[in-house]
Amino acid sequence: MTTRLSARDVTLGYGDRVVSTRLTLDVPDGAFTAVVGPNGCGKSTLLRAFVRLLTPDEGAVTLDSRSVSDLPAKGLARELAFLPQDPLAPEGITVRQLVARGRYPHQSLLALWTPDDERAVAEAMVTAEVEDFADRQVAELSGGQRQRVWVAMVLAQDTPYLLLDEPTSFLDITHQYRLLALLSRLRNEGRTVIAVLHDINQACRFADHLVAMKDGRVAAEGAAADVVDAALIKDVFDLPSVIVADPVSGTPMVVPE
Amino acid sequence: MTGAQKTRETPVAEQTSTVRVPVGGRAWFVQRRIIGLVVGCVVAMLGLGFVGLSYGTSWATPGEVFGALTGLEPSVVIAEWRAPRVVAGILFGAALGVAGAIFQNLTRNPMGSPDIIGLDAGAYTGALLVMTVFAGASVTVAFGAVAGGLVTAALVYSLSRSNGLSGMRLVVIGIAVNAMVTALNNWLVLRAELEVAMAAVGWNSGSLNGIDWEDLVVPFTVIAVLLTVIGLRASALQQSALGDSIAVSTGVPLERQRLLMVLVGVGCTATVTAVAGPVMFVALAAPQIGRRLAKAPGVPLLPAALTGAVLLQFADLVAQMLLAPVSLPVGVVTTAIGGGYLIWLLAQEVRRR
Amino acid sequence: MTSAPPATPPTVRTARPAALAVGLLALLAAGVASVAVGARAVPVGEMWGAVADFDPLNGDHLVVRDIRLPRTVLGIAVGAALAVGGALIQTLSRNPLAEPGILGVTHGAGFALTVGAALGLAGSAVSQLGLGVAGSVLATALVYAVGRHSTLRLLLAGVAFSAVLMGVSLGIRLTSPDTLDKYRFWAVGSLAGREQADLTVPLVAIGVAFVGALVIARSLNAVALGETVAHTLGANVARVRTVTLVLITVLAGAATAVAGPILFVGLIVPHLLRRLTSGSVPWLVGLSAVVGPILMLVADTIARVLLHTGEVPVAIVTAFLGGPMLIWVVRRYGAGSL
Repeated sequence: MTTRLSARDVTLGYGDRVVSTRLTLDVPDGAFTAVVGPNGCGKSTLLRAFVRLLTPDEGAVTLDSRSVSDLPAKGLARELAFLPQDPLAPEGITVRQLVARGRYPHQSLLALWTPDDERAVAEAMVTAEVEDFADRQVAELSGGQRQRVWVAMVLAQDTPYLLLDEPTSFLDITHQYRLLALLSRLRNEGRTVIAVLHDINQACRFADHLVAMKDGRVAAEGAAADVVDAALIKDVFDLPSVIVADPVSGTPMVVPE
Repeated sequence: MTGAQKTRETPVAEQTSTVRVPVGGRAWFVQRRIIGLVVGCVVAMLGLGFVGLSYGTSWATPGEVFGALTGLEPSVVIAEWRAPRVVAGILFGAALGVAGAIFQNLTRNPMGSPDIIGLDAGAYTGALLVMTVFAGASVTVAFGAVAGGLVTAALVYSLSRSNGLSGMRLVVIGIAVNAMVTALNNWLVLRAELEVAMAAVGWNSGSLNGIDWEDLVVPFTVIAVLLTVIGLRASALQQSALGDSIAVSTGVPLERQRLLMVLVGVGCTATVTAVAGPVMFVALAAPQIGRRLAKAPGVPLLPAALTGAVLLQFADLVAQMLLAPVSLPVGVVTTAIGGGYLIWLLAQEVRRR
Repeated sequence: MTSAPPATPPTVRTARPAALAVGLLALLAAGVASVAVGARAVPVGEMWGAVADFDPLNGDHLVVRDIRLPRTVLGIAVGAALAVGGALIQTLSRNPLAEPGILGVTHGAGFALTVGAALGLAGSAVSQLGLGVAGSVLATALVYAVGRHSTLRLLLAGVAFSAVLMGVSLGIRLTSPDTLDKYRFWAVGSLAGREQADLTVPLVAIGVAFVGALVIARSLNAVALGETVAHTLGANVARVRTVTLVLITVLAGAATAVAGPILFVGLIVPHLLRRLTSGSVPWLVGLSAVVGPILMLVADTIARVLLHTGEVPVAIVTAFLGGPMLIWVVRRYGAGSL
């Protein structure tokens, strides 16, 4: 397992409130890593530290052994793409215009479009299945469609790493599975996917690498089949449960008692 | 999926609302509405400019205006008195429009304008102090105004900074400082002699009266530099509209961008204020009118600049004509016209629903 | 950036009643100070005598009954009206720049007053009051007509319409020194001498609107979560919005009519309390109605004694009291989510 992206002994927090203390995590390349854990355990905070939205109080987030804070802003943005929980769509923007914003880190001052830019936007819209409503306003779309538009924007960024903070919230179950299948497909094409997921069973089914967090630390990590058992679920989620095999994929499935 | 197949074959972003301008293997996508807006505004500026050159205590004929412009038939009145005023209207209007768009982006609030960080109120305080306490001449008033505005803006900015700069904190602290400075101004006006109060209130409404070419050299240079700087960072500004998280993760150096935005916004406003006094409402209305005319996403800079230029130029003409031979402060007219037009646009939006 | 906690933390639940109790005590103290302090200081014992055992020949009693007490009541009503109006408009619009006069009240009143003064109608206090009310109501009605479909548009319409009125009235004032002279004294809000007019109507209006605000606050709780959520929670968004807007106009209109523009109180008090009330609109409204009057009375008391040369208009003192408080709160606790 090779690793380009790591968090090394990072202490993370907002002002006086410390979320994580001396946390270390290596993100395996070319894998689908799912981060799970109860609300407020520091999952989102960790993701925000990776994309430099939060500077660690101690330690460092490194890419190829260089601290991300030493990288130029656009340089980092060509490596890591991030879909937050709270993106804002400017009033009156169309789907195509919004997806095109993903090309920002690839463009120079004058925002001239290269054929690469145009291709990346077109491909991202096809991949995320939003080209049918490419010229409609984002504000008019349903929640599920809107989320796919944001995914398309992140895809247009064309980065080896995709970080997504709870991308399946607000989606119905069909679109949840379609989005996760899409992320798996992107992983198969060679991208590294890191997603905070709410549903542990979905995480077990789709992720190659599962990171369970509690109180700002990593409680367990590894392949889902190796790490998920009743004791871990009790420890992390404080939920008594029985672990059975998922009848479709054979991965662990948590059934609360 | 036939629909998807079909769209895949058409090149991206080549739909009706956008025009592709090829630039040496690369391309620049411009919205059709923006081109329309540019053409419309340029035509309006030329037309209004022509009226501005012709209008005065006596109307000049088109022949005289062309003669003066080409130098065949020199006219001090047209070339030295009226022309600088026309140019000032365009230049200052554009600067104020851009300053407003910058602050509306910075605060993500359609009511954001440079006044929220106390610039106009501070400039008024500076001018009032010079007028009342030092009984100063117009040059000192301009100096006092700029100093007052910049000191207030710097105060708000430094109070808002801690762990970086948040747009919301800037807004709320700006409100607080602005309210205090405004209270101080009201009190100074209240205590002043009626004559001084008249002069002060008049100054505070902004005016392009008596501007000549010499007055324009420095503002023109400063505004040109500032607009170029922000123009080059315009795409970063649009990118910031997607929220802080996306802005940072797509490579916008947010801290630096915000500082730059504050500097350009304050610089533009302070420059205009120094020469013309605080011209009200252009900064607030122009970006909102411009984005509606351009049907552009967010609050873009170019439509704001164009709308601001036309608005101020038009308002200045009306200010000269309305109560002729008395020339009203242009701020009186910008508020009335800009506000009226914004209401009309809002009413139109309602009707279209 | 982080989303607000879903449940009310237990510390807040005890903090709110405690804050209300402390606030009421502070209001009592401010009220006593407001009656006692001024050009003629009144001992606390005489104050009680003036109420319980009135002696028409006692100078202290006369000052208390004819000037100080009415002025204190007026201060409480104006402060509460502005603060509650501010809490309502900021909650409804989710916009921290919104103040209760934004819907056209202030500039409508200012415009009517300017026109009235230019036509020579604004001579007496009563005619000024009438002009102010008429201007507010007309301006607000026009703003509604344009902006009633969405809150954002309403704010913009309010701003735009206020600008038009401001521009036109400024033009009138600049061409007529007489009008400017009248206007500049009205333009800085003050309580001085305002207690002499008949205040029954404004006070009753404020009282009724305040009760209405408390009733509507629970529905606003739902609307504050966004219109979609409000619908699912069963709130009639359109009706809640209309009622709230009417209440805001009545509160701000009555306060502006009697005291002139002192709208900063409405802007700042909700900001000061937002963190403490942690999203509960009824508490925000209730505490605003206590803290607004405190700010108002303290400012008015200071305004009387600050300068030997005469009274400072209270609007100036509220700005200089409230401004630093707001800056401190924002620096200490952040700007707060809306």
